[in-house]
Amino acid sequence: MPSEVDRLSQATGFRLDAPTILVTMLLAGPVLAGLAGTALPAFGFLPVLGYEQFSLAPFQQLIETPGLATSALLSLTTGLTASLISLAIVLGFTAGWSGTKTFQRLTRFLSPLLSVPHAAAAIGLAFLIAPSGFLVRLVSPWATGWSRPPDLLILNDPYGVAMTVGLVAKEVPFLFLMTLAALNRPRTQDFFKAGAGLGYGRMATFFKIVLPQIYPMIRLPMLAVVAYSTSVVDVATILGPTTPPPLAPRLVSWMNDPDLAKRLMASAGALLQLAVTVSALVIYLCLEKLARALAHRQYQSGSRFRQENFSRLGTLLPMLLIIIVMVLSLCLLAIWSAARSWWFPAVLPQAWSLSKMIEAIQMGSGSLVATLLLALVSALLATALTLWLLEARSHRNLAVTNRLKSYIFLPLLVPQIAFLFGLQMLFLVFGMSGTFLAVLVSHLIFVFPYAFLALSDPWGQLDPRYARAARSIGVSRAKVFWKIQLPLLLRPVLVTLAVAAAVSVGQYLPTLMIGAGRIVTITTESVALASGGSRQFAALYALLQLIVPLIGFLLAALVPSLVHRNRAAMRLEK
Amino acid sequence: MTRLLAAGLGLFALVLVPLTALAQATQEDPAWQAVLNKAKGQTVYFHAWGGEPRINAYIQWAAREVARDYDVRVIHVKVSDTATVVSQVLAEKSVGKASGGAVDLIWINGENFASMKENALLAAPGWVETLPNWAYVDVENKPTVLVDFTVPTDGQESPWGMAKLVFMHDSARLETPPASLDELLAYATANPGRFAYPQPPNFYGTTFLKQVLAGTVANAELLSKPVDETKFEEAVAPLFAYLDKLHPALWREGQAFPKNASHMRQLLADGELDIAFSFNPGDASGAIANGELPPTVRTFVFEGGTIGNTHFVAIPFNSSAQEGAQVFANFLLSPMAQTRKQEPEIWGDPTVLDVAGLPANEKALFDAMDLGPATLSPEDLGPVLPEPHPSWVKALEEAWVQRYGAE
Repeated sequence: MPSEVDRLSQATGFRLDAPTILVTMLLAGPVLAGLAGTALPAFGFLPVLGYEQFSLAPFQQLIETPGLATSALLSLTTGLTASLISLAIVLGFTAGWSGTKTFQRLTRFLSPLLSVPHAAAAIGLAFLIAPSGFLVRLVSPWATGWSRPPDLLILNDPYGVAMTVGLVAKEVPFLFLMTLAALNRPRTQDFFKAGAGLGYGRMATFFKIVLPQIYPMIRLPMLAVVAYSTSVVDVATILGPTTPPPLAPRLVSWMNDPDLAKRLMASAGALLQLAVTVSALVIYLCLEKLARALAHRQYQSGSRFRQENFSRLGTLLPMLLIIIVMVLSLCLLAIWSAARSWWFPAVLPQAWSLSKMIEAIQMGSGSLVATLLLALVSALLATALTLWLLEARSHRNLAVTNRLKSYIFLPLLVPQIAFLFGLQMLFLVFGMSGTFLAVLVSHLIFVFPYAFLALSDPWGQLDPRYARAARSIGVSRAKVFWKIQLPLLLRPVLVTLAVAAAVSVGQYLPTLMIGAGRIVTITTESVALASGGSRQFAALYALLQLIVPLIGFLLAALVPSLVHRNRAAMRLEK
Repeated sequence: MTRLLAAGLGLFALVLVPLTALAQATQEDPAWQAVLNKAKGQTVYFHAWGGEPRINAYIQWAAREVARDYDVRVIHVKVSDTATVVSQVLAEKSVGKASGGAVDLIWINGENFASMKENALLAAPGWVETLPNWAYVDVENKPTVLVDFTVPTDGQESPWGMAKLVFMHDSARLETPPASLDELLAYATANPGRFAYPQPPNFYGTTFLKQVLAGTVANAELLSKPVDETKFEEAVAPLFAYLDKLHPALWREGQAFPKNASHMRQLLADGELDIAFSFNPGDASGAIANGELPPTVRTFVFEGGTIGNTHFVAIPFNSSAQEGAQVFANFLLSPMAQTRKQEPEIWGDPTVLDVAGLPANEKALFDAMDLGPATLSPEDLGPVLPEPHPSWVKALEEAWVQRYGAE
C-alpha cells in the first residue's frame, strides 16, 4: 500500500512535506547553483575578465592541454579500480567471516579507521612505503645492503598504483561500516541460518542469499565512493602521479593559476571532470548489471560451495593487510610528531623533541576550536535534520523514495570541484564568504548525505508497531519520538553523529574555498603544512585531524553499552 | 595630488630629522600619524604561505608586536599557494566587491604581482614610499626592491626580504660540490638518482629552469623583455638540450619530482638526494638548528652567479584595513623586525635594508649576528642573475610540460 501512496504523491507532486522541501533545497540548491556558476565560465562567460561572449574557446584550450587524455583516464581508472577492489575486499571479508569472533575483533579496528581523514591516511602511508620510509628502514642496511635509500619509483608512480592503494585503504573502512549497518537488521541472521540449513557454505550463503537483500543499502554509498575516488584531490596530490597528474588536482592548480584566463579552461575542465565521474558511475552500473546476470545463473545452479576454507583465508588476508598498514601508518605519524631528527636508515628517530609538539598545539588551538565547532554543529544539525525528515515522512506514510535519495546524494555524486567555484561566487554575492555560517552550510551539504546514509536504514528497520501501539493509547507524536523511537535508535544515532563529525573534519576544499582562508581548521592547516618542510608538524596536524572523529566513535561505542547495560537485546553485534 | 604631497612631506620630514630619532620623526609626520590613527583597532588579514612553522612563528611574533605598539590586530591566513589569493581577490572583484575584501595584505612576488598589477587588483601606487622605514631600504645596491621580475613595483608592494638561489649538499657524502651547470650535469650522470628539482610550475622548479636558461641562453638580453614567440624556441633550445641530458640521471629518472623546495630538503635529509636548493641563503643553517637537516650540510653557489630577487607584501585594492596593512608593512621593514628575520634559528632571510646606512645601534644588531655554519657570507654568495620578465615563466612552464610533464 505505501508504495501506491508514494507513486501517487510523486505523480501529483502533492504531499511533499516541509522537511523534504527544505532538505532538497539545502542540498540540490547549492549544487545546481554552483554548477551553473561553473558552466558559464566554461562557455567563455566571465564578465570581470572581459569575457562577455559565449564561446567554445575554453574547451579548445582544454583539449590542447598536453596529457589531458592521460589525466582524465587516470582519474577514471584509479577511481574505478580502487572502488571495485574496496567493494570486493569488504564483501569477501563479510562473506567469509561475518558472525565469527574474528569478524567482531576486526570490526573494532575498522570502525575507528573510518575516522582517519584522507589526507592524514595518505601522509601516513607515504611515510610507510617511500624508499626512505619505515618499511625500507626496517630491513636496511642489514638485509638489503642499502646504506642509502634506493632510487625506486614507489610513490607518485605514473600508473597511480600508490594512489589506488591509498584510496582502497581509505574506502574499505567506509564501505565496511555501511555493510555492517546493512547487516544490522533483525532478519539478516535468519538468512544466514536458512543458508546453513540448506547446506550452503558460509560464503555461498552470503553471496546467494544475504547480499541480494542488503545490496540495495550499500549501493548509494558505493556510488558515492566511485564519484569521490574519481575526483579526489588530497590523496591524488600526496600519492598520485604528477607527469601528468590525475584530472582533479590539475583542475585545482588551473583554478589557482596566476594567469587568470586559465579560470575559463579550469571551468571547462570541471565539466570534463563531471563527465569522467558520470562515465565511471555508468560503467559501474553496467558492471553491476553484468554481475547480476552472472549471479542469476549461479543462484539457479544450486552449488553449495562447502569447501571454502581456502577462499575464506583469501578474504581475510587483504582485510588484515589494510588494517596493519593503516595502524602502522598512524603509529608512524605519532612517532614523527615527536621526532626531531630521523635520518635514514635509522628505524627510530635519533633525536626526540616534545617542545615542537607543544608549540604546534599552542599555535593550532584556534584552528582546533574551529574544527570542533564546525564538526559538532554540523553533525548535530545534520542528524537532527535527518531525524526530522525521517520522522515526518514516516508519519505521513511516505517511504524514502529513490528520487529523494538521489537529491540527497547529489552533493556526493557530483565532483566537489565541479560546483564549489560557482558556490563560492554565490556566497560572495550574499556577502557571506569567509563567515562561519557560510562554511557551516558548505559542510552541511556534504555532511548531511552521510548522516542520512547512516541513519535512514536503521530508521526504516524500526518496527512501526511500537509507534502505532503507543499512538493507539494516546501518546503524542513528540512523545513517541523522544520516548520510543529515539531510545531504540540510540546507537545508530550516535554512530551517525560520529560519522557526520568525521566527514566535517575531513572537508578541505569547501573550507578553503568558502571560508576564504579565514576559517582555519586542522585540515586546512594540515594541507598547508604538508607543503612545507617540517615532517614533525605535518605528522602532528595529521594526527590532530584524527582526534575529533576518534572521540566521536569512542562515544558512539561506549554510550549505548553504558545506557543499555541491563538490556541484552539492545546490545547489537552479537 | 594630496597623496603625492603627503608622500613628499613624509620623505622631507625623514630627511630633516636625524635617523636615530626616527620614532619621534614618525610621530611628527602628520600624514603617517593620520595612518597610525586610522589603523588603530583595525584587523589585518595577512595572507601568507603557511608551510614553514619557523616563518609562521615569526609572523606571529610580528603580529604581537604591532598589536602591542599600534593596536593593529594581524591574523595570519596560512595559504599553501599564493596564486589562490590572487584568485580570491579576483573572485571578489567579479562580484563587485570594491571594499571590505577578505584579503588585507599578501606575501607576494614576481608572477603573482605582475598578474595582480595587470588586472588592477592592487591598492593605488605609491603607498610604499610613504612608509617611514622605507628610508632604510637599500634601493641602490638591491635594485630588485624596485623592480620585481622586471616589472616596476611603483610603490605597490613593500619589500620584505631578499632571495637568492643557493644549493645545499651534505658534506659527509659529497665533499666538493659542482661549481657550474656543466659540473652539475657531470655529477648527476655519474651518480644517477641523486639530484632532482621540483616539478614546474612549482616556483622552485621554474626557478631552476630560469637558472639553466640564464646559464645557457645565447642572447641574455632577450630575458629582460617579454617573450618573443618567434625567438622563444631558439632561446630555449640549449636549456632543453641540457635537460634532455640531465633527466635520465634524475631522481626517479624524472618520472616523479619533488613537490617543492621543502620536499627537496627533506629528501636531502633522508639521504635520497645529494643536492637540494633553496631561495633562502640561511635556510640550511636554520634547518640544521631545528634538527631538520644533518649538521654536515653546507651551502654553495655557481661561479657565474645565481638567480636572485626580492619578496614583498602588497595590499589588494579592496582591502578592508588599508592603514593597518601599511602599519604592519612598515613594521616588517623596521631594522628590529629585519634583524630578527635574518637570525638563522628564526628564519634566516636576508634583509632588504641598507645595513651600512643604518643608525649605529641598529647596524650593530646586524653586525653581531651569527649567520650559522651553513650560510655563505654576502661576499661568497656570488653575483645575482636577474629574474627574466614574468612572461617567460608561463612560456617556460608550458614548454616544460609539453616535453616532460605529460607522457
